[in-house]
Amino acid sequence: MHEIKLKYQGKKMAPAFNAFHTFLFTPNETTHGGTHVKAADDLKRTMNTVIMALIPVLLFSMFNAGYQHYAAIDAANGTPRTLSFFENFLTWDNLRIGIIKVLPLVVVSYGVGLIVEFIFAVIKGHEVEEGYLVTGMLVPLIVPVDTPLWMLAVAVVFGVVIGKEVFGGTGMNILNPALTIRAFLFFAYPTWMSGDKVWVHGAVERAGGSDAISGETILGSLAQNADVSYSVSDMFFGFIPGSVGETSTLLILIGGLFLIFSKIASWRIMLSAVIGSLVMGLIFNQVVELGWITETSKFYGLMSFEFWKHLIVGGLAFGIVYMATDPVTGSRTNRGKWIYGFLIGFISVMIRVFNPAYP
Amino acid sequence: MALLSKKDANLIKDPLADNNPITIQVLGICSALAITAELKASVVMAVSVMFVLGLGNVVISLMRNIIPSKIRIIVQLIVVATLVIIVDQVLKAFAYELSKTLAVFVGLIITNCIIMGRFEAFALGNGPWRSFLDGIGNSLGYGIILVIVGFFRELLGSGTLFGIPVLGDPIEKTGLYSTGYENNGFMIIPPAALIVVGIIIWVQRSGNPALVEEN
Repeated sequence: MHEIKLKYQGKKMAPAFNAFHTFLFTPNETTHGGTHVKAADDLKRTMNTVIMALIPVLLFSMFNAGYQHYAAIDAANGTPRTLSFFENFLTWDNLRIGIIKVLPLVVVSYGVGLIVEFIFAVIKGHEVEEGYLVTGMLVPLIVPVDTPLWMLAVAVVFGVVIGKEVFGGTGMNILNPALTIRAFLFFAYPTWMSGDKVWVHGAVERAGGSDAISGETILGSLAQNADVSYSVSDMFFGFIPGSVGETSTLLILIGGLFLIFSKIASWRIMLSAVIGSLVMGLIFNQVVELGWITETSKFYGLMSFEFWKHLIVGGLAFGIVYMATDPVTGSRTNRGKWIYGFLIGFISVMIRVFNPAYP
Repeated sequence: MALLSKKDANLIKDPLADNNPITIQVLGICSALAITAELKASVVMAVSVMFVLGLGNVVISLMRNIIPSKIRIIVQLIVVATLVIIVDQVLKAFAYELSKTLAVFVGLIITNCIIMGRFEAFALGNGPWRSFLDGIGNSLGYGIILVIVGFFRELLGSGTLFGIPVLGDPIEKTGLYSTGYENNGFMIIPPAALIVVGIIIWVQRSGNPALVEEN
Protein backbone atom coordinates (compact mmCIF):
# COMPACT_ATOMS: atom_id res chain seq x y z
CA MET A 1 0.00 0.00 0.00
CA HIS A 2 2.73 2.39 0.98
CA GLU A 3 4.47 2.07 -2.36
CA ILE A 4 1.25 2.83 -4.21
CA LYS A 5 0.78 5.85 -2.02
CA LEU A 6 4.25 7.18 -2.78
CA LYS A 7 3.66 6.54 -6.45
CA TYR A 8 0.55 8.69 -6.48
CA GLN A 9 1.83 11.41 -4.18
CA GLY A 10 1.17 14.81 -5.67
CA LYS A 11 -0.94 13.34 -8.47
CA LYS A 12 -4.46 14.46 -9.17
CA MET A 13 -6.17 11.48 -7.62
CA ALA A 14 -4.02 11.50 -4.46
CA PRO A 15 -6.78 12.87 -2.16
CA ALA A 16 -9.14 10.10 -3.20
CA PHE A 17 -6.50 7.47 -2.58
CA ASN A 18 -5.46 8.95 0.75
CA ALA A 19 -9.05 8.97 1.95
CA PHE A 20 -9.41 5.23 1.44
CA HIS A 21 -5.96 4.58 2.79
CA THR A 22 -6.47 6.36 6.10
CA PHE A 23 -9.97 5.01 6.41
CA LEU A 24 -8.90 1.39 6.06
CA PHE A 25 -5.38 1.44 7.49
CA THR A 26 -3.39 3.32 10.04
CA PRO A 27 -0.96 5.45 8.04
CA ASN A 28 2.60 4.33 8.67
CA GLU A 29 4.26 7.69 8.22
CA THR A 30 5.45 9.59 11.25
CA THR A 31 6.49 13.19 11.39
CA HIS A 32 9.95 14.09 12.54
CA GLY A 33 10.82 16.86 14.93
CA GLY A 34 8.63 19.60 16.28
CA THR A 35 6.06 19.46 19.00
CA HIS A 36 2.94 17.39 18.58
CA VAL A 37 -0.40 17.38 20.29
CA LYS A 38 -1.30 13.77 20.72
CA ALA A 39 -5.05 13.36 20.85
CA ALA A 40 -7.12 10.48 19.65
CA ASP A 41 -10.27 12.52 19.12
CA ASP A 42 -9.63 13.67 15.58
CA LEU A 43 -12.41 14.34 13.11
CA LYS A 44 -12.53 10.72 11.98
CA ARG A 45 -12.96 9.48 15.54
CA THR A 46 -15.65 12.06 16.23
CA MET A 47 -17.60 11.06 13.17
CA ASN A 48 -17.29 7.35 13.92
CA THR A 49 -18.61 7.91 17.43
CA VAL A 50 -21.73 9.57 16.08
CA ILE A 51 -22.20 6.73 13.62
CA MET A 52 -21.91 4.22 16.46
CA ALA A 53 -24.63 6.12 18.26
CA LEU A 54 -26.77 5.85 15.13
CA ILE A 55 -26.33 2.13 14.49
CA PRO A 56 -28.97 0.95 17.03
CA VAL A 57 -31.42 3.44 15.53
CA LEU A 58 -30.71 2.12 12.04
CA LEU A 59 -31.15 -1.53 13.07
CA PHE A 60 -34.40 -0.76 14.87
CA SER A 61 -35.67 1.18 11.88
CA MET A 62 -35.12 -1.81 9.59
CA PHE A 63 -37.32 -4.03 11.73
CA ASN A 64 -39.85 -1.24 12.22
CA ALA A 65 -40.14 -0.68 8.46
CA GLY A 66 -41.29 -4.28 8.07
CA TYR A 67 -43.42 -4.26 11.20
CA GLN A 68 -45.35 -1.16 10.16
CA HIS A 69 -45.86 -2.63 6.69
CA TYR A 70 -47.40 -5.87 7.96
CA ALA A 71 -49.27 -4.15 10.79
CA ALA A 72 -50.93 -1.78 8.32
CA ILE A 73 -51.95 -4.73 6.12
CA ASP A 74 -53.43 -6.54 9.12
CA ALA A 75 -55.29 -3.41 10.14
CA ALA A 76 -56.68 -3.01 6.63
CA ASN A 77 -57.86 -6.63 6.73
CA GLY A 78 -59.78 -5.92 9.92
CA THR A 79 -57.47 -7.89 12.20
CA PRO A 80 -55.34 -5.27 13.99
CA ARG A 81 -52.31 -6.93 15.48
CA THR A 82 -51.06 -6.55 19.00
CA LEU A 83 -47.36 -5.99 19.35
CA SER A 84 -45.26 -8.77 20.73
CA PHE A 85 -41.61 -7.86 20.54
CA PHE A 86 -40.18 -11.33 19.89
CA GLU A 87 -43.09 -12.84 18.01
CA ASN A 88 -44.02 -10.22 15.47
CA PHE A 89 -41.41 -7.46 15.68
CA LEU A 90 -38.02 -9.15 15.70
CA THR A 91 -38.74 -11.38 12.72
CA TRP A 92 -37.00 -12.24 9.47
CA ASP A 93 -40.01 -11.03 7.50
CA ASN A 94 -39.71 -7.58 9.03
CA LEU A 95 -35.96 -7.51 8.54
CA ARG A 96 -36.39 -8.51 4.90
CA ILE A 97 -38.55 -5.41 4.25
CA GLY A 98 -35.94 -3.37 6.09
CA ILE A 99 -33.18 -4.78 3.90
CA ILE A 100 -35.00 -4.03 0.65
CA LYS A 101 -36.30 -0.61 1.71
CA VAL A 102 -33.89 0.92 4.22
CA LEU A 103 -30.48 -0.40 3.16
CA PRO A 104 -30.74 1.00 -0.40
CA LEU A 105 -31.41 4.44 1.10
CA VAL A 106 -28.19 4.13 3.10
CA VAL A 107 -26.22 2.88 0.10
CA VAL A 108 -27.49 5.64 -2.20
CA SER A 109 -26.91 8.32 0.41
CA TYR A 110 -23.31 7.24 1.03
CA GLY A 111 -22.53 6.39 -2.58
CA VAL A 112 -23.74 9.63 -4.13
CA GLY A 113 -22.53 11.85 -1.28
CA LEU A 114 -19.05 10.38 -1.24
CA ILE A 115 -18.75 10.61 -5.02
CA VAL A 116 -19.53 14.35 -4.77
CA GLU A 117 -17.04 14.74 -1.91
CA PHE A 118 -14.33 12.91 -3.86
CA ILE A 119 -14.92 14.97 -7.00
CA PHE A 120 -14.58 18.20 -5.04
CA ALA A 121 -11.50 16.98 -3.20
CA VAL A 122 -9.83 16.02 -6.47
CA ILE A 123 -10.73 19.29 -8.21
CA LYS A 124 -9.73 21.48 -5.30
CA GLY A 125 -6.71 19.36 -4.44
CA HIS A 126 -7.44 18.94 -0.74
CA GLU A 127 -7.88 15.80 1.29
CA VAL A 128 -11.32 14.22 1.44
CA GLU A 129 -12.96 15.40 4.64
CA GLU A 130 -14.84 13.12 6.96
CA GLY A 131 -17.91 15.33 7.39
CA TYR A 132 -20.04 13.26 5.07
CA LEU A 133 -19.68 10.10 7.14
CA VAL A 134 -22.31 11.35 9.58
CA THR A 135 -24.46 13.20 7.05
CA GLY A 136 -24.64 10.06 4.93
CA MET A 137 -26.00 8.10 7.88
CA LEU A 138 -28.41 10.81 9.04
CA VAL A 139 -30.02 11.30 5.64
CA PRO A 140 -31.59 7.84 5.22
CA LEU A 141 -32.90 8.03 8.78
CA ILE A 142 -34.85 11.26 8.30
CA VAL A 143 -36.70 10.45 5.08
CA PRO A 144 -39.93 8.47 4.64
CA VAL A 145 -39.33 4.79 3.97
CA ASP A 146 -40.81 4.83 0.46
CA THR A 147 -38.70 7.75 -0.82
CA PRO A 148 -37.67 6.97 -4.43
CA LEU A 149 -33.93 6.45 -4.59
CA TRP A 150 -33.34 8.85 -7.48
CA MET A 151 -34.99 11.66 -5.50
CA LEU A 152 -32.67 10.93 -2.62
CA ALA A 153 -29.70 10.99 -4.99
CA VAL A 154 -30.72 14.37 -6.48
CA ALA A 155 -31.24 15.80 -3.01
CA VAL A 156 -27.90 14.50 -1.75
CA VAL A 157 -26.07 16.12 -4.67
CA PHE A 158 -27.92 19.38 -4.00
CA GLY A 159 -27.37 19.24 -0.24
CA VAL A 160 -23.68 18.44 -0.38
CA VAL A 161 -22.89 20.97 -3.12
CA ILE A 162 -25.14 23.89 -2.08
CA GLY A 163 -25.25 23.13 1.63
CA LYS A 164 -21.57 22.49 2.11
CA GLU A 165 -19.08 22.55 -0.75
CA VAL A 166 -19.89 26.06 -2.00
CA PHE A 167 -18.97 27.37 1.43
CA GLY A 168 -15.64 25.58 1.38
CA GLY A 169 -16.39 22.08 2.64
CA THR A 170 -16.60 20.48 6.07
CA GLY A 171 -16.32 22.99 8.87
CA MET A 172 -17.11 26.02 6.70
CA ASN A 173 -20.74 25.26 6.00
CA ILE A 174 -23.42 27.55 7.36
CA LEU A 175 -26.11 24.96 6.67
CA ASN A 176 -26.35 21.46 8.05
CA PRO A 177 -26.07 19.34 4.87
CA ALA A 178 -28.44 16.64 6.16
CA LEU A 179 -31.08 19.25 6.93
CA THR A 180 -30.49 20.93 3.57
CA ILE A 181 -31.14 17.59 1.89
CA ARG A 182 -34.32 17.05 3.90
CA ALA A 183 -35.59 20.58 3.24
CA PHE A 184 -34.85 20.23 -0.47
CA LEU A 185 -36.83 16.99 -0.61
CA PHE A 186 -39.70 18.57 1.26
CA PHE A 187 -40.01 21.50 -1.14
CA ALA A 188 -39.10 19.62 -4.31
CA TYR A 189 -41.24 16.50 -3.92
CA PRO A 190 -43.90 17.35 -1.32
CA THR A 191 -46.13 14.44 -2.34
CA TRP A 192 -43.39 11.99 -1.35
CA MET A 193 -42.43 13.79 1.84
CA SER A 194 -45.76 14.46 3.52
CA GLY A 195 -49.29 13.18 3.62
CA ASP A 196 -50.73 9.95 4.94
CA LYS A 197 -49.09 7.37 2.67
CA VAL A 198 -45.33 7.59 2.43
CA TRP A 199 -44.54 6.67 6.04
CA VAL A 200 -45.39 2.99 5.69
CA HIS A 201 -43.86 0.84 2.96
CA GLY A 202 -46.44 -0.17 0.37
CA ALA A 203 -49.06 2.45 1.21
CA VAL A 204 -48.31 4.49 -1.91
CA GLU A 205 -48.45 1.70 -4.46
CA ARG A 206 -51.55 0.20 -2.90
CA ALA A 207 -53.37 3.53 -2.68
CA GLY A 208 -56.81 3.45 -4.26
CA GLY A 209 -56.71 -0.33 -4.69
CA SER A 210 -58.77 -2.90 -2.81
CA ASP A 211 -55.75 -3.72 -0.66
CA ALA A 212 -55.09 -0.08 0.33
CA ILE A 213 -53.34 0.41 3.65
CA SER A 214 -52.91 3.48 5.83
CA GLY A 215 -49.59 5.15 6.37
CA GLU A 216 -50.77 7.89 8.66
CA THR A 217 -48.46 9.16 11.37
CA ILE A 218 -49.54 10.26 14.82
CA LEU A 219 -48.97 13.92 14.04
CA GLY A 220 -50.86 13.49 10.78
CA SER A 221 -53.87 12.09 12.64
CA LEU A 222 -53.69 14.88 15.20
CA ALA A 223 -53.57 17.53 12.48
CA GLN A 224 -56.90 16.17 11.26
CA ASN A 225 -58.29 16.13 14.80
CA ALA A 226 -58.51 12.34 14.58
CA ASP A 227 -57.95 9.93 17.45
CA VAL A 228 -54.56 8.38 18.02
CA SER A 229 -54.57 4.64 18.48
CA TYR A 230 -50.99 4.26 19.69
CA SER A 231 -50.11 3.93 23.36
CA VAL A 232 -47.48 6.04 25.09
CA SER A 233 -45.15 3.05 25.32
CA ASP A 234 -45.49 2.44 21.58
CA MET A 235 -44.51 6.05 21.00
CA PHE A 236 -41.57 5.86 23.39
CA PHE A 237 -40.19 2.55 22.16
CA GLY A 238 -40.85 3.50 18.57
CA PHE A 239 -43.41 1.01 17.22
CA ILE A 240 -45.10 3.79 15.24
CA PRO A 241 -44.97 4.95 11.63
CA GLY A 242 -42.73 7.88 10.77
CA SER A 243 -39.52 8.77 8.97
CA VAL A 244 -37.16 5.80 8.84
CA GLY A 245 -35.06 6.32 11.94
CA GLU A 246 -36.84 8.81 14.15
CA THR A 247 -39.50 6.63 15.75
CA SER A 248 -37.69 5.07 18.70
CA THR A 249 -37.23 7.71 21.35
CA LEU A 250 -35.62 5.13 23.64
CA LEU A 251 -32.78 4.33 21.24
CA ILE A 252 -32.32 8.01 20.41
CA LEU A 253 -32.06 8.68 24.13
CA ILE A 254 -29.43 5.96 24.50
CA GLY A 255 -27.54 7.35 21.50
CA GLY A 256 -27.79 10.83 22.99
CA LEU A 257 -26.42 9.69 26.35
CA PHE A 258 -23.60 7.90 24.56
CA LEU A 259 -22.75 11.12 22.70
CA ILE A 260 -22.86 13.14 25.92
CA PHE A 261 -20.61 10.72 27.80
CA SER A 262 -18.13 10.57 24.95
CA LYS A 263 -18.21 14.38 24.98
CA ILE A 264 -19.02 14.56 21.28
CA ALA A 265 -22.32 16.38 21.55
CA SER A 266 -23.33 19.26 23.77
CA TRP A 267 -25.72 18.33 26.61
CA ARG A 268 -26.58 22.03 26.94
CA ILE A 269 -28.13 22.17 23.49
CA MET A 270 -30.03 18.93 24.04
CA LEU A 271 -31.37 19.94 27.44
CA SER A 272 -32.37 23.44 26.43
CA ALA A 273 -34.05 22.15 23.26
CA VAL A 274 -36.08 19.74 25.39
CA ILE A 275 -37.02 22.61 27.72
CA GLY A 276 -37.90 24.84 24.76
CA SER A 277 -40.25 22.27 23.25
CA LEU A 278 -41.88 21.57 26.62
CA VAL A 279 -42.49 25.27 27.21
CA MET A 280 -44.09 25.72 23.80
CA GLY A 281 -46.16 22.57 24.34
CA LEU A 282 -47.31 23.87 27.75
CA ILE A 283 -48.34 27.18 26.22
CA PHE A 284 -50.50 25.36 23.67
CA ASN A 285 -52.00 23.12 26.36
CA GLN A 286 -52.78 26.22 28.38
CA VAL A 287 -54.52 27.83 25.41
CA VAL A 288 -56.79 24.79 25.19
CA GLU A 289 -57.28 24.75 28.97
CA LEU A 290 -58.40 28.36 29.00
CA GLY A 291 -60.90 27.58 26.27
CA TRP A 292 -59.43 30.06 23.79
CA ILE A 293 -59.91 27.58 20.98
CA THR A 294 -62.71 25.10 20.53
CA GLU A 295 -62.79 21.55 19.24
CA THR A 296 -63.79 22.81 15.83
CA SER A 297 -60.47 24.61 15.41
CA LYS A 298 -58.16 22.84 13.01
CA PHE A 299 -55.35 23.24 15.53
CA TYR A 300 -57.31 21.61 18.34
CA GLY A 301 -55.85 18.12 17.88
CA LEU A 302 -52.24 19.22 17.99
CA MET A 303 -52.73 21.92 20.61
CA SER A 304 -54.44 19.62 23.08
CA PHE A 305 -51.74 16.96 22.64
CA GLU A 306 -50.07 16.65 26.06
CA PHE A 307 -46.95 18.79 26.00
CA TRP A 308 -44.46 16.06 26.94
CA LYS A 309 -45.71 13.74 24.22
CA HIS A 310 -44.28 16.06 21.58
CA LEU A 311 -40.88 14.67 22.53
CA ILE A 312 -41.74 11.06 21.78
CA VAL A 313 -43.51 11.41 18.44
CA GLY A 314 -42.18 12.75 15.18
CA GLY A 315 -38.61 13.70 14.50
CA LEU A 316 -38.16 16.16 17.35
CA ALA A 317 -36.05 13.89 19.58
CA PHE A 318 -33.93 12.76 16.64
CA GLY A 319 -33.39 16.34 15.59
CA ILE A 320 -32.45 17.47 19.08
CA VAL A 321 -29.91 14.71 19.63
CA TYR A 322 -28.28 14.30 16.23
CA MET A 323 -28.94 17.48 14.25
CA ALA A 324 -29.10 20.37 16.72
CA THR A 325 -25.78 19.32 18.24
CA ASP A 326 -23.89 19.58 14.93
CA PRO A 327 -20.69 21.32 16.07
CA VAL A 328 -20.28 23.22 12.80
CA THR A 329 -23.65 24.92 12.49
CA GLY A 330 -24.46 25.05 16.20
CA SER A 331 -23.38 27.78 18.57
CA ARG A 332 -19.98 27.89 20.24
CA THR A 333 -20.36 29.64 23.59
CA ASN A 334 -22.22 28.06 26.47
CA ARG A 335 -24.75 30.85 26.76
CA GLY A 336 -25.27 30.66 23.01
CA LYS A 337 -25.92 26.93 23.27
CA TRP A 338 -28.68 27.45 25.83
CA ILE A 339 -30.42 30.05 23.66
CA TYR A 340 -29.86 28.09 20.46
CA GLY A 341 -31.26 24.87 21.89
CA PHE A 342 -34.21 26.58 23.51
CA LEU A 343 -35.23 28.24 20.26
CA ILE A 344 -34.89 24.96 18.36
CA GLY A 345 -37.34 23.22 20.68
CA PHE A 346 -39.66 26.19 20.98
CA ILE A 347 -39.91 26.91 17.25
CA SER A 348 -40.06 23.24 16.21
CA VAL A 349 -43.18 22.64 18.28
CA MET A 350 -44.70 25.93 17.10
CA ILE A 351 -44.17 24.98 13.43
CA ARG A 352 -45.36 21.45 14.14
CA VAL A 353 -48.70 22.79 15.39
CA PHE A 354 -49.28 25.66 12.98
CA ASN A 355 -47.89 24.36 9.69
CA PRO A 356 -50.84 22.93 7.75
CA ALA A 357 -48.50 21.03 5.42
CA TYR A 358 -46.79 19.22 8.24
CA PRO A 359 -46.94 15.42 7.79
CA MET B 1 -17.16 46.71 -43.26
CA ALA B 2 -18.14 46.15 -39.72
CA LEU B 3 -21.55 47.36 -38.73
CA LEU B 4 -20.26 48.81 -35.51
CA SER B 5 -16.86 50.14 -34.57
CA LYS B 6 -14.96 48.02 -32.07
CA LYS B 7 -15.66 50.49 -29.28
CA ASP B 8 -19.36 50.48 -30.02
CA ALA B 9 -19.48 46.70 -30.30
CA ASN B 10 -18.02 46.44 -26.83
CA LEU B 11 -20.97 48.42 -25.51
CA ILE B 12 -23.10 45.45 -26.46
CA LYS B 13 -20.64 42.67 -25.77
CA ASP B 14 -19.37 43.63 -22.32
CA PRO B 15 -22.67 43.47 -20.44
CA LEU B 16 -23.35 40.04 -21.93
CA ALA B 17 -20.58 38.38 -19.98
CA ASP B 18 -17.76 40.13 -18.17
CA ASN B 19 -19.83 43.07 -17.00
CA ASN B 20 -23.20 41.39 -16.75
CA PRO B 21 -25.74 43.51 -14.85
CA ILE B 22 -27.06 40.54 -12.86
CA THR B 23 -24.11 38.24 -12.27
CA ILE B 24 -21.35 40.86 -11.96
CA GLN B 25 -23.01 44.10 -10.94
CA VAL B 26 -25.73 42.20 -9.06
CA LEU B 27 -28.48 44.62 -10.11
CA GLY B 28 -32.06 43.86 -11.02
CA ILE B 29 -32.11 40.77 -8.83
CA CYS B 30 -35.69 41.17 -7.56
CA SER B 31 -37.30 40.67 -10.94
CA ALA B 32 -34.84 37.91 -11.83
CA LEU B 33 -36.03 36.00 -8.77
CA ALA B 34 -39.70 36.81 -9.04
CA ILE B 35 -40.77 36.13 -12.60
CA THR B 36 -38.43 33.42 -13.86
CA ALA B 37 -40.59 30.42 -12.97
CA GLU B 38 -41.77 30.42 -16.59
CA LEU B 39 -39.67 30.93 -19.69
CA LYS B 40 -42.38 32.97 -21.42
CA ALA B 41 -42.56 35.48 -18.60
CA SER B 42 -38.76 35.73 -18.59
CA VAL B 43 -38.67 36.50 -22.31
CA VAL B 44 -41.44 39.09 -22.09
CA MET B 45 -39.74 40.69 -19.11
CA ALA B 46 -36.43 40.78 -21.00
CA VAL B 47 -38.05 42.37 -24.05
CA SER B 48 -39.90 44.92 -21.91
CA VAL B 49 -36.73 45.94 -20.15
CA MET B 50 -34.95 46.16 -23.50
CA PHE B 51 -37.64 48.51 -24.80
CA VAL B 52 -37.59 50.70 -21.70
CA LEU B 53 -33.82 50.82 -21.34
CA GLY B 54 -33.00 51.24 -25.03
CA LEU B 55 -35.49 54.03 -25.61
CA GLY B 56 -35.02 55.60 -22.17
CA ASN B 57 -31.28 55.82 -22.69
CA VAL B 58 -31.85 57.61 -26.02
CA VAL B 59 -34.34 60.06 -24.50
CA ILE B 60 -32.14 60.86 -21.53
CA SER B 61 -29.11 61.17 -23.77
CA LEU B 62 -30.94 63.64 -26.04
CA MET B 63 -31.98 65.72 -23.03
CA ARG B 64 -28.70 65.38 -21.16
CA ASN B 65 -27.58 68.96 -21.81
CA ILE B 66 -30.81 70.61 -20.76
CA ILE B 67 -31.59 68.61 -17.60
CA PRO B 68 -30.63 70.64 -14.51
CA SER B 69 -28.54 68.25 -12.48
CA LYS B 70 -30.46 69.00 -9.29
CA ILE B 71 -33.66 67.46 -10.62
CA ARG B 72 -32.19 64.85 -12.95
CA ILE B 73 -33.46 61.90 -10.89
CA ILE B 74 -37.04 63.18 -11.20
CA VAL B 75 -36.67 63.66 -14.94
CA GLN B 76 -35.26 60.15 -15.26
CA LEU B 77 -38.15 58.77 -13.26
CA ILE B 78 -40.68 60.49 -15.49
CA VAL B 79 -39.04 59.10 -18.61
CA VAL B 80 -38.86 55.56 -17.29
CA ALA B 81 -42.37 55.72 -15.84
CA THR B 82 -43.80 56.86 -19.17
CA LEU B 83 -42.10 54.01 -21.01
CA VAL B 84 -43.14 51.45 -18.42
CA ILE B 85 -46.75 52.56 -18.65
CA ILE B 86 -46.59 52.08 -22.42
CA VAL B 87 -45.25 48.55 -21.94
CA ASP B 88 -47.85 47.80 -19.28
CA GLN B 89 -50.74 48.99 -21.44
CA VAL B 90 -49.51 47.11 -24.50
CA LEU B 91 -49.24 43.90 -22.46
CA LYS B 92 -52.70 44.38 -21.00
CA ALA B 93 -54.15 44.97 -24.45
CA PHE B 94 -52.47 42.16 -26.34
CA ALA B 95 -51.35 39.59 -23.76
CA TYR B 96 -53.71 39.89 -20.84
CA GLU B 97 -53.00 36.50 -19.29
CA LEU B 98 -49.28 37.12 -19.38
CA SER B 99 -49.63 40.58 -17.90
CA LYS B 100 -51.43 38.95 -15.00
CA THR B 101 -48.52 36.54 -14.47
CA LEU B 102 -46.05 39.40 -14.50
CA ALA B 103 -48.44 41.37 -12.31
CA VAL B 104 -46.73 44.11 -10.42
CA PHE B 105 -43.31 43.37 -11.81
CA VAL B 106 -43.87 45.26 -15.03
CA GLY B 107 -44.62 48.37 -12.98
CA LEU B 108 -41.58 47.63 -10.90
CA ILE B 109 -39.33 47.96 -13.95
CA ILE B 110 -39.33 51.61 -12.85
CA THR B 111 -37.38 50.65 -9.76
CA ASN B 112 -35.08 48.23 -11.60
CA CYS B 113 -31.63 49.44 -10.57
CA ILE B 114 -30.18 48.59 -13.97
CA ILE B 115 -32.28 51.28 -15.66
CA MET B 116 -31.55 54.16 -13.30
CA GLY B 117 -27.97 52.94 -13.15
CA ARG B 118 -27.49 53.14 -16.92
CA PHE B 119 -29.23 56.55 -17.11
CA GLU B 120 -26.94 57.93 -14.45
CA ALA B 121 -23.75 56.23 -15.47
CA PHE B 122 -23.98 56.30 -19.24
CA ALA B 123 -26.81 58.20 -20.91
CA LEU B 124 -26.07 61.44 -19.07
CA GLY B 125 -22.60 61.54 -20.53
CA ASN B 126 -22.85 60.01 -24.00
CA GLY B 127 -24.55 60.60 -27.33
CA PRO B 128 -27.86 58.97 -28.31
CA TRP B 129 -26.45 56.24 -30.59
CA ARG B 130 -23.91 55.01 -28.07
CA SER B 131 -26.51 55.29 -25.29
CA PHE B 132 -28.88 53.21 -27.36
CA LEU B 133 -26.26 50.50 -27.85
CA ASP B 134 -25.44 50.60 -24.15
CA GLY B 135 -29.12 50.20 -23.29
CA ILE B 136 -29.53 47.28 -25.68
CA GLY B 137 -26.34 45.66 -24.42
CA ASN B 138 -27.27 45.88 -20.77
CA SER B 139 -30.82 44.71 -21.28
CA LEU B 140 -29.51 41.80 -23.36
CA GLY B 141 -27.14 40.89 -20.55
CA TYR B 142 -30.05 41.08 -18.14
CA GLY B 143 -32.35 39.16 -20.48
CA ILE B 144 -29.90 36.36 -21.16
CA ILE B 145 -29.66 35.53 -17.45
CA LEU B 146 -33.44 35.73 -17.11
CA VAL B 147 -33.87 33.31 -20.00
CA ILE B 148 -31.27 30.87 -18.68
CA VAL B 149 -32.84 30.89 -15.22
CA GLY B 150 -36.34 30.68 -16.70
CA PHE B 151 -35.31 27.77 -18.92
CA PHE B 152 -34.01 25.64 -16.07
CA ARG B 153 -36.76 26.56 -13.64
CA GLU B 154 -39.56 25.83 -16.07
CA LEU B 155 -37.97 22.65 -17.44
CA LEU B 156 -37.17 21.13 -14.05
CA GLY B 157 -40.08 22.63 -12.15
CA SER B 158 -42.96 22.14 -14.56
CA GLY B 159 -41.51 19.91 -17.28
CA THR B 160 -42.54 22.43 -19.93
CA LEU B 161 -40.91 25.10 -22.10
CA PHE B 162 -43.02 28.10 -23.11
CA GLY B 163 -45.93 26.17 -21.62
CA ILE B 164 -45.44 23.21 -23.98
CA PRO B 165 -44.86 19.88 -22.23
CA VAL B 166 -41.48 18.55 -23.33
CA LEU B 167 -40.94 15.74 -20.85
CA GLY B 168 -44.28 14.00 -21.29
CA ASP B 169 -47.51 14.26 -19.36
CA PRO B 170 -47.15 14.12 -15.56
CA ILE B 171 -50.74 12.99 -15.04
CA GLU B 172 -50.96 10.42 -17.84
CA LYS B 173 -47.44 9.27 -16.95
CA THR B 174 -46.03 9.38 -20.47
CA GLY B 175 -42.52 10.14 -21.67
CA LEU B 176 -39.98 10.64 -18.90
CA TYR B 177 -42.70 10.47 -16.27
CA SER B 178 -43.31 6.79 -17.00
CA THR B 179 -39.90 6.05 -15.46
CA GLY B 180 -40.97 7.54 -12.15
CA TYR B 181 -39.56 10.99 -12.80
CA GLU B 182 -41.39 13.86 -11.10
CA ASN B 183 -41.34 17.61 -11.39
CA ASN B 184 -39.20 19.37 -8.86
CA GLY B 185 -41.51 21.63 -6.85
CA PHE B 186 -38.52 23.41 -5.39
CA MET B 187 -37.74 25.02 -8.74
CA ILE B 188 -41.12 26.78 -8.79
CA ILE B 189 -40.54 28.77 -5.62
CA PRO B 190 -38.47 31.98 -5.76
CA PRO B 191 -35.55 30.76 -3.60
CA ALA B 192 -34.70 28.35 -6.43
CA ALA B 193 -34.00 31.35 -8.69
CA LEU B 194 -31.53 32.61 -6.11
CA ILE B 195 -29.72 29.29 -6.21
CA VAL B 196 -29.77 29.05 -10.02
CA VAL B 197 -28.41 32.61 -10.31
CA GLY B 198 -25.81 31.66 -7.71
CA ILE B 199 -24.75 28.64 -9.74
CA ILE B 200 -24.49 30.78 -12.91
CA ILE B 201 -22.28 33.24 -11.01
CA TRP B 202 -20.20 30.33 -9.71
CA VAL B 203 -19.76 28.79 -13.17
CA GLN B 204 -18.94 32.16 -14.73
CA ARG B 205 -16.34 33.05 -12.12
CA SER B 206 -14.63 29.71 -12.13
CA GLY B 207 -14.31 30.11 -15.91
CA ASN B 208 -12.80 33.57 -15.50
CA PRO B 209 -11.02 33.97 -12.13
CA ALA B 210 -10.31 37.64 -12.92
CA LEU B 211 -13.93 38.35 -12.03
CA VAL B 212 -13.58 37.13 -8.45
CA GLU B 213 -13.56 40.04 -6.02
CA GLU B 214 -10.70 40.41 -3.54
CA ASN B 215 -11.83 40.53 0.03
